[in-house]
Amino acid sequence: MYTFSNRLKTFSFALMIVGLIGITWGFLNTPSTIEEAKEIVAHNSQDSHGSSHEVIVDTHDTTVNDLHGESTAHEEGHDASHDEHVFHQLKNRPWSALYVAIFFFMMLALGTLAFYAIQHAAQAGWSIVLFRVMEGITAYLPIGAVILFLFLVLSGMHMNHVFAWMAHDPSDELLANKAGYLNVPFLLIRSAIYIAGWIWYRQYSKKQTRLQDEASEGDNTHYRKLFKASAAFLVFFLVTESMMSWDWIMSIDHHWFSTLFGWYIFAGMFVSAITTIALVTIYLKSRGYLEYVNDSHLHDLAKFMFGFSIFWTYLWFSQFMLIWYANIPEEVTYYVQRFEEYKVPFLGMLAMNFAFPILLLMNSDYKRLPWFIVMAGIVVLIGHYVDVYIMITPGSVGSQWSFISPEVIGAALFFLGLFIFIVFTALTKAPLKAKGNPFIKESEQYHY
Amino acid sequence: MSSKVIQAMYNDDDILMSAVKETRAAHHHIEEVYTPFPVHGLDKAMGLAPTRIAIVAFMYGLCGLSFAIWMMNYMMIQDWPQNIGGKPSFSFFYNMPAFVPIMFELTVFFAAHLMVITFYMRSRLWPFKEAENPDPRTTDDMFVMEIGVDGNEEELTSFLKSTGAVEIKITEKH
Repeated sequence: MYTFSNRLKTFSFALMIVGLIGITWGFLNTPSTIEEAKEIVAHNSQDSHGSSHEVIVDTHDTTVNDLHGESTAHEEGHDASHDEHVFHQLKNRPWSALYVAIFFFMMLALGTLAFYAIQHAAQAGWSIVLFRVMEGITAYLPIGAVILFLFLVLSGMHMNHVFAWMAHDPSDELLANKAGYLNVPFLLIRSAIYIAGWIWYRQYSKKQTRLQDEASEGDNTHYRKLFKASAAFLVFFLVTESMMSWDWIMSIDHHWFSTLFGWYIFAGMFVSAITTIALVTIYLKSRGYLEYVNDSHLHDLAKFMFGFSIFWTYLWFSQFMLIWYANIPEEVTYYVQRFEEYKVPFLGMLAMNFAFPILLLMNSDYKRLPWFIVMAGIVVLIGHYVDVYIMITPGSVGSQWSFISPEVIGAALFFLGLFIFIVFTALTKAPLKAKGNPFIKESEQYHY
Repeated sequence: MSSKVIQAMYNDDDILMSAVKETRAAHHHIEEVYTPFPVHGLDKAMGLAPTRIAIVAFMYGLCGLSFAIWMMNYMMIQDWPQNIGGKPSFSFFYNMPAFVPIMFELTVFFAAHLMVITFYMRSRLWPFKEAENPDPRTTDDMFVMEIGVDGNEEELTSFLKSTGAVEIKITEKH
């Protein structure tokens, strides 16, 4: 049995407290009137990076002008609407930062659940000794997904403008055509169904493995039930994951659409989840709790990290290159905005999620060194955090973003603390070896 | 000077593995082992150095990548920068996404083919090469361990008998 060390517990509480301070700071520093928003923007443009903001405002103005047509005639009205636009973007900053963190940590648990289900459905022989670690990580899912649902409810109640489509704009014909799918009640019903399905499988699988532990020798009823439930869950997961990505992420840029978006989210989710499994495993092993996990298990996890990093890059590039190549205005604005306003995180994330893991994890000897996996893993996790940030922030905050700011870091730290606390509390609830699994012997002696 | 070798035949890979370990422990030099299929762990038991073919494959891949970059930069940007369908041919970087599929394929092509050719050269394999197996049965169901003989023939024969060899042959190696 694992005991939650007091130092780690204190650390997770410290993260949550620091995070809360950052989040509160973010909410207190949003402008409450349009005049305040103007002041903040004026103040920001005096900074050292003022020149870059200048350019940003320029491009922004041209796009707005294009949309509005005769700009000279509407000069007055346009200025006012622009100011209001910036005001909403500034008000969105803490909400958007919160949403990035909520989604990212929920996605770690969800990706782990998918990996767990795949291991069961594929009857993998190597990963049984890691099942309890995965079950511990998925313990965050019920809480994380419910927090995400509450965020959607608050957005639906117009507490924020992260989802611009939720504000009814009668002049937006494109949106009116999507209203049959994109409306708040339907969104909440769909989201509730996804979340309920995921939590159901997570609770069911947990119950079945515990029962399998207590089953008598040769009695595999619970194992079989789990196998069937996992196969069914994977079908449900692929449909809901894809819809979830349209509803929760793609709808933030509600004029834009992409067909492989669901897969893209899945790839990012999966590689981050595997990295989390590897990091938690290495931590527990270094504390002496997983004596039957050897470096071959780590090697396999690192291979998955390597492979899915490349898979993620493949999807990222497929989405980017098809849109860049065809250059259809209604699609390409998505990348124009990211390139012009978010250049450093946008390209930096590519280096962190592709170049870094491909070079570090290519050598098969390095994949067996815990400190190498930890180093690559931390970069991959930060890289995918930036990836989620790049998907959510441009649509909700626009050019008014700042990655190194108290609300972004605060939200990340708060949910990291919560994640650590919930995951490691859950790990204390059951023995770290799923001894009832028929493949446990093979997994303990696994060698590559 | 003619050198003699002793060939010990085994009919089971487990027995072969333990024989290899015992022979190594007794400090006899194993010249070669012939097996009909890959025996897992045999290279470790024989103490063979790990292969470096993955490292050359990586370097060949880098060559392929450099070749692709050089080729497309020369053809599409330097030599004749045309406007083809509005694609920006001002610099390599502006037009890079369009080159990535070719960069990827050439990297794989160079890495794969040159690695295979390296393998053929290092293991001396070519179409009209004369087969080297000492006994045709080693391609079907027999395993042969070959050990050099330097005057200790009797001792070596009885030692190999004790490791489970089903047949022992002493031949001249040319």
